[in-house]
Amino acid sequence: MSIAAAQNKGFLAAVWDYLTTVDHKKIAKLYLFAGGFFFLLGGLEALFIRIQLISPENDFLTAGLYNEMITMHGTTMIFLAAMPLLLGLMNAIMPLQIGARDVAFPFLNSLGFWLFLFGGVLLNCSWFLGGAPDAGWTSYAPLSIQSPGHGVDFYIMGLQISGAGTLIGGINFLVTIVTMRAPGMTYMRMPLFSWTTFVTSVLILFAFPALTVGLFLLMFDRMFGAAFFDVTLGGNAVIWQHLFWIFGHPEVYILILPAFGIFSDIISTFSKKRLFGYTAMVFATILIAFLGFMVWAHHMFTVGLGPVANAIFAIATMAIAVPTGIKIFNWLGTMWGGSITINSAMLWTLAFIPSFTIGGMTGVMLASAVADYQYHDTYFVVAHFHYVIVGGVVFGILAGLHYWWPKIFGKILNETLGKLSFWLFFIGFHLTFFIQHFLGLMGMPRRYWVFLKDQGLDTGNLVSTIGAFLMGVGGLIFVINIIYTSVKGEKAPADPWDGRSLEWAIPSPPPFYNFKQTPLIRGLDPLWIEKTEGKGKITPAEPLGDIHMPDASILPFIMSFGFFIAGFGFIYQVDHKGWLAAIFVGMGTALICMLIRSLKDYHGFHIHKEELEREAD
Amino acid sequence: MSHDHSLNPETMPQEPEKATLEGKNKFLGLWFFLGGETVLFASLFGTYLALRNSTAGGPATTDLFGLELVFVMTMLLLTSSLTSVYAMYQMKNNNFKKMQLWLGITALLGMAFLACELYEFYHYIHEYEFTFRSSAFGSAFYTLVGFHGGHVVFGLSWLIVLMVRNAKRGLNLYNAPKYYTFSLYWHFIDVVWVFIFTVVYLMGKVG
Repeated sequence: MSIAAAQNKGFLAAVWDYLTTVDHKKIAKLYLFAGGFFFLLGGLEALFIRIQLISPENDFLTAGLYNEMITMHGTTMIFLAAMPLLLGLMNAIMPLQIGARDVAFPFLNSLGFWLFLFGGVLLNCSWFLGGAPDAGWTSYAPLSIQSPGHGVDFYIMGLQISGAGTLIGGINFLVTIVTMRAPGMTYMRMPLFSWTTFVTSVLILFAFPALTVGLFLLMFDRMFGAAFFDVTLGGNAVIWQHLFWIFGHPEVYILILPAFGIFSDIISTFSKKRLFGYTAMVFATILIAFLGFMVWAHHMFTVGLGPVANAIFAIATMAIAVPTGIKIFNWLGTMWGGSITINSAMLWTLAFIPSFTIGGMTGVMLASAVADYQYHDTYFVVAHFHYVIVGGVVFGILAGLHYWWPKIFGKILNETLGKLSFWLFFIGFHLTFFIQHFLGLMGMPRRYWVFLKDQGLDTGNLVSTIGAFLMGVGGLIFVINIIYTSVKGEKAPADPWDGRSLEWAIPSPPPFYNFKQTPLIRGLDPLWIEKTEGKGKITPAEPLGDIHMPDASILPFIMSFGFFIAGFGFIYQVDHKGWLAAIFVGMGTALICMLIRSLKDYHGFHIHKEELEREAD
Repeated sequence: MSHDHSLNPETMPQEPEKATLEGKNKFLGLWFFLGGETVLFASLFGTYLALRNSTAGGPATTDLFGLELVFVMTMLLLTSSLTSVYAMYQMKNNNFKKMQLWLGITALLGMAFLACELYEFYHYIHEYEFTFRSSAFGSAFYTLVGFHGGHVVFGLSWLIVLMVRNAKRGLNLYNAPKYYTFSLYWHFIDVVWVFIFTVVYLMGKVG
C-alpha cells in the first residue's frame, strides 16, 4: 500500500479503514469519540439525578429508575468515559513521546478498543431491554444477587467484556514502553505523561483481574446457580466487597495518574521550564501506585473488619497524601519563576490544583476510620470523590484535549470558546459539589431518591442542581468548540505551543509512520534541548530506510462482536435454554477469529525509502 | 518476499525466540500477561480459602479428596513441564523434529491430566453428589480447579494449533517466539497446579 493510495478514499472506504485500523493514532481517535459519547451519556444521567433532587420529595424519577440512573451514571463515567478518554490520549501521544512508530501489539490495540466499545454498548442495551442495572456502580452482593430482571446481568457481561479490553491495552502499553523507546530515550528521560502511562498500565495489569474474578463469581451466582454470595449455602457477601475494592481502589489511581502526567507536561510547557523535581515526580508516581494496592479496605471501614485492620488501612491511606503532596508542590515549583502562558489548557490545569487538593484533604478526613463511621454513605463521600474525579480526572482530560488537539487532529481548538466552557464548568463544578460536603455532614445519605423538606437540605440541593446545569452548559460549549474547530479552526503547525517533548517535533497530525527516521534523544525535554543547544530539530538516529508497518485487520472487530453476541446468550439462557445457541455462536465466532489469527502469518508491509524521500519534510 | 529471507537465516541465532522485535515483544507481553494471571488465580485462591469450610452440611474436603489420583495428576503435569523444557532446548539446537516430538509428549501428558481431572469431577458428582451448586465450598472448589482446567484446555488447543500449523515448514524467527511463549504459559499453569495441590488437596486432607 502506498501512501498516496491511502489518502484517496470514499466514505465507505474510510469506515472500513477505521474498522480495520491498527494505527495507534486512529485507534486513539476511536477511543476519544466513543469515550466522549459515553461521557455525554453519563452527563445526561447526572442531570437526571440532579433534577430529581432539585426539591424535596420530587417525583421526576421513580425510585427504581433513580437507582438505575445512579448505577449507570457511575459505571458509565468510570468505565466507559474517563478510562477510554485517557486510553485515547495515551494511544495518541505516548508512542510519539518515546519516539516509537507504533505500539508493540497493534492488533491487540485494536482488539482492546473494540472489546471496550462492544462491552459499553452491551451494558447500555439494558436501557431498552427491561431496565438498566440498579445495584449501584459497586454492585454489592447480596443486593446485586437479589436484584430482579436482567439489569445486573448486563452490568456483569458489559464490564467483563470491556474490562478484558482494558487489560489488553495495559499490557500493550507496558511492552511498548519497555522495548520500543527510541535510542537515548532512557526511562529517566521520558516525559511524565509516558511515565504515568507506564505506571497506570502496571496498575491495570494487577487490578483488573480481581474485577474479572469478582464478576465471574457474580455471574456464576446469578446465571448458573452457584453459592458464593448465598448465605444459606455458606456463601459470604463480603468477598465481593474485597474483590471489588482490590480492583476498585487501584482503579481510582488508574484514572488520576495519567491526569497527573498530563498536568505535568502542560505546566512544564507553558511555564517554559523543565519540570521541577522530575525524579521526585517519577518516584511519587510509583509510590502512589504501590500504596494504591494496600488501601482497598478503607472503603469497608463500616463492614466490621475490626480495629486492627481498620487502623492499618487508615494509616496506609493517609500515607498516600505524602507522595501526592510532593506532586502538588512540584507543580507549584515548576511554575515558580516560570514564564507562564495562560490559555485554556493551562486554565484547566491551574483550576485542578486547588480543586484536587480539596478532594485530597477530604480524602484524609475520610481515611480516619473513626470519623468515617459518620461520613460513610453520605453526600460527604459523594462530594469527596467528585472533587478528585471531576476536579482531577475530568479537568485533566479537558486540559489534555486542549493541549494535544492540534497534534491529534491538526487544528487548534478555539480559545474563546475554550475559556468560556472552562469558566462555566469550573464555577458549576464547585457550585454542585462544594455544598454537598455540608449536605453530607447534615446527614443526607447517598443513593436515596428523595429527601424530606425542612431538614436544612432544600437550599443546598437546589444550589447543587443549578451548578450541575452550569457544568452541562460548559460541557456543551466544549462540544460546540469541537464542531466549530473541525469546520473553521486554524490549521495547527507542528509545534504550536513551543513544546519540549518529542511529539512536537513531527507534523500535526503526524504521518502514519510517525517518525521518518527514528530520533536520537539527548536528554529530558529532547526538543527543548535541540532548540536551545542544538540545530533546532531532532537529530535522526538512523539513515533514511524502509519502514516496517503492521497489517490492518477486521478480526478484532468480529472477535469483539462474537463476545457481544455471547454476552446476550449468557444473560438470557437463564430464561430460555435456546439462548445457549447464542453463547455457542458468539464464542465460536471469537474462537474462529483467534484461530485465523494464529494460522495466518502477518508479516506487515514496508514503506520504501523512495516513497519516503518523495514526502515533504 | 523479503521476509522469508530475514526470518529464515542461514544459521539460527542462539535465542531465536528473542531475535526479532516482535519476538521480544511477545516474550515480554506474555510475562506481563502471566503477572495479571497471577492476580486472577490469587483472587480465586483467596475466595476458595474463605469458603472451603462452608459446606452447608454437604461433603467436606476430608470426605472428598483422595491424594492418590491427585498425586498422579501432579506427576503428569510436572513431567509435561519438563518435556516442554526439553522442547525449548531442542529449539535452541535448531532441531525442529525433536522439538515437535517433545511438544507432542507434552500434549499427551496434558491430555492425560485433563482426563484424570474429568474423572475426578465425575467421581465427586456421582459418588458424593458434590456439585457446583451444592454449597459455597462446591462453587469455590469447581471454580478454582475448573479455571485451572480451562487454562489447560486453552494451552493444549494453542499447542496443537502451533504444531499442526508449523509441521511442514519448520522453525523460523516468526514462529519461534510463538513456541517459546507457549512454553512459558505452560510452566505457569504447572506452577498454579502446585499451589492447587498444596492449598486445595494437601491442606484439605490435613489442614
